[in-house]
Amino acid sequence: MKRILLVVAVATLYILHQDIWFWRTAHPLVFGFVPIGLFYQGCFSVAACLLMWLLVKHAWPGHLEEEIEQQKPEEDRKH
Amino acid sequence: MIPAIFVFLYLAAVLYIGIFAFRKAKSKREAEDYFLASRSLGPFVFLFSLFGTNMTAFAILGSSGHAFTNGIVTFGLMASSSGLVIPLTIFFVGTRVWALGKKYGFMTPVQMFRDRWECGHIGTVIFVAQSVLLVPYIIIGIMGGGTTLNVISGGFVPFWFGGAIVALVVMGYVFFGGMRGTAWVNTFQTILFLLFGAVAIVVIGIGMGGFKSAANAMLASPALAPLLTRERISPYYFFSYTFIPLSAIAFPHILIFCLTAEKMRHFKKTVIFYPLCILAIWLPCVFLGVMANRVTDVPEIKAKQEARRVLATQGRTMEPEKRDELREQSAGDDVIMILLKRYAPLWLAGILGAGIMAAVMASDSQILALSTMFTEDVFAFYGHKKRFGEAVQVQTGRIFIVLITLIAYAVALRAPETIFELAIQYAFSGFAALSPLLIAALFWKGSTKWGALASTLWVAAAVIAVAVFQQVVPAPAPGPSIVYGTLGGWEVLSRTPGGTAVFGFMPVVPMVIVSALLMWIVSLITSKPTQATIAKYFSR
Repeated sequence: MKRILLVVAVATLYILHQDIWFWRTAHPLVFGFVPIGLFYQGCFSVAACLLMWLLVKHAWPGHLEEEIEQQKPEEDRKH
Repeated sequence: MIPAIFVFLYLAAVLYIGIFAFRKAKSKREAEDYFLASRSLGPFVFLFSLFGTNMTAFAILGSSGHAFTNGIVTFGLMASSSGLVIPLTIFFVGTRVWALGKKYGFMTPVQMFRDRWECGHIGTVIFVAQSVLLVPYIIIGIMGGGTTLNVISGGFVPFWFGGAIVALVVMGYVFFGGMRGTAWVNTFQTILFLLFGAVAIVVIGIGMGGFKSAANAMLASPALAPLLTRERISPYYFFSYTFIPLSAIAFPHILIFCLTAEKMRHFKKTVIFYPLCILAIWLPCVFLGVMANRVTDVPEIKAKQEARRVLATQGRTMEPEKRDELREQSAGDDVIMILLKRYAPLWLAGILGAGIMAAVMASDSQILALSTMFTEDVFAFYGHKKRFGEAVQVQTGRIFIVLITLIAYAVALRAPETIFELAIQYAFSGFAALSPLLIAALFWKGSTKWGALASTLWVAAAVIAVAVFQQVVPAPAPGPSIVYGTLGGWEVLSRTPGGTAVFGFMPVVPMVIVSALLMWIVSLITSKPTQATIAKYFSR
């Protein structure tokens, strides 16, 4: 279930990148000088960072490193 | 001249870092130590060097120049999409490649492909395709160095001399320091250009008297207001660009960098902070590039805007050569340097110039990657490592670095820069279309060497076809594209002012889709690797 939610989160963020709703307008100017389209994409980058944090926390392929760490003592014994 | 002194000090510092890395080397004769820093990079150096490796001159100069001409769309096109796609590929592909490298000792992607698909010469074909797509970067890095030093010194340092200095410094620290030197220099450079964006926006913002009046004045101008929206860009084009960051993980220098981490957990910080690092560099540069349009008291910027205006109003009736000339005049790659010259005190312009130089000198890891690939995928694969030993392999790698730098410098002096800028455009699409090879090798048991060959040949043919098409059909003036054939109301192939479109999308979209389809279909009908090999890669 957790994995499905993460896949949905990735797909949703990918779709949200196509922000056609701010395509033809610069308003409102955030802080009085940042066009909304640019501000949105900046926020998108922060959201991407949060998504990566979620992926690292809940879907980290730790087994790959475990396999190597298990393999290392075996190799050391052989030597 | 004062800013140039700061840049020379910076160049001396990076050279020292490279030579210091040489002294720190565990063994000066071992290939793994020279080419991969003994797979020992810590989390901090790994994050900053991997990020720095992926950031070229385009991150500062190109991004602001593109934004100067095209507006805020630049950030969504190139930065925020990369902030999502690149860390995802590092998470899914980079970690797996790291684990396989640690387990089986791979030092290049081609070594992994050869082992995974039990092939020899097909690996050589992939090596050739990767190398050909990588070389333009090295040339453009030297050209960028020559141009930047020339501009920063106010013309005091000629292009040929600036290019030679940059080539020598890069060659020096890669030659001595290998991967360790390159990673340390990249870390230093990344810190410099991460600081660059923040400092530049504050200094230029104060100089311009704040951005509020500039933004409002742009909104009031019919010619400039569209730069604050994306109305001039098609949503299909915008969507197409999300395919381009797939190239990052397929670049050999990035994949080779993934092999240098000491622990897999060092990838965690890289994956999480990658989008923020992109934000920190690109957002200020894009914003400043857009705002440069309101700097009305600088003749260079006025001249660029005038060239842009003439191109837009009279471009349709002009000869293609005249259009190209105007395009070059209106290009904004130097706007950030112009803004610094106008608003920053000399000493600060010097430090910020060093930050720009840091981004320009990103060709180091490409040079090292080519050397690693040559010595592992050709020299060692064809039996020379066994015959002559590892020490000779490392020396061959060093000689290769000298040769490739000299050749790149000689070409950089003679060829026009635009050719290589175009080549890089094709290279991004080409590497993005090679990404299905990696995905198939790592995630699909049924993939075969013939599928990989079909994909690689398709990518080579598609890159050549787009290049030839764009050479034969000159780019039209800003406005409607030249259309070649329609199907059900869709424009099949068109020449746009900025490149080529296939069914309204950038060529990278069909290139990636067809590459993936070829990998799938050809693999289905050809014989698979042995069970023993498949078990090596899919133990769980």
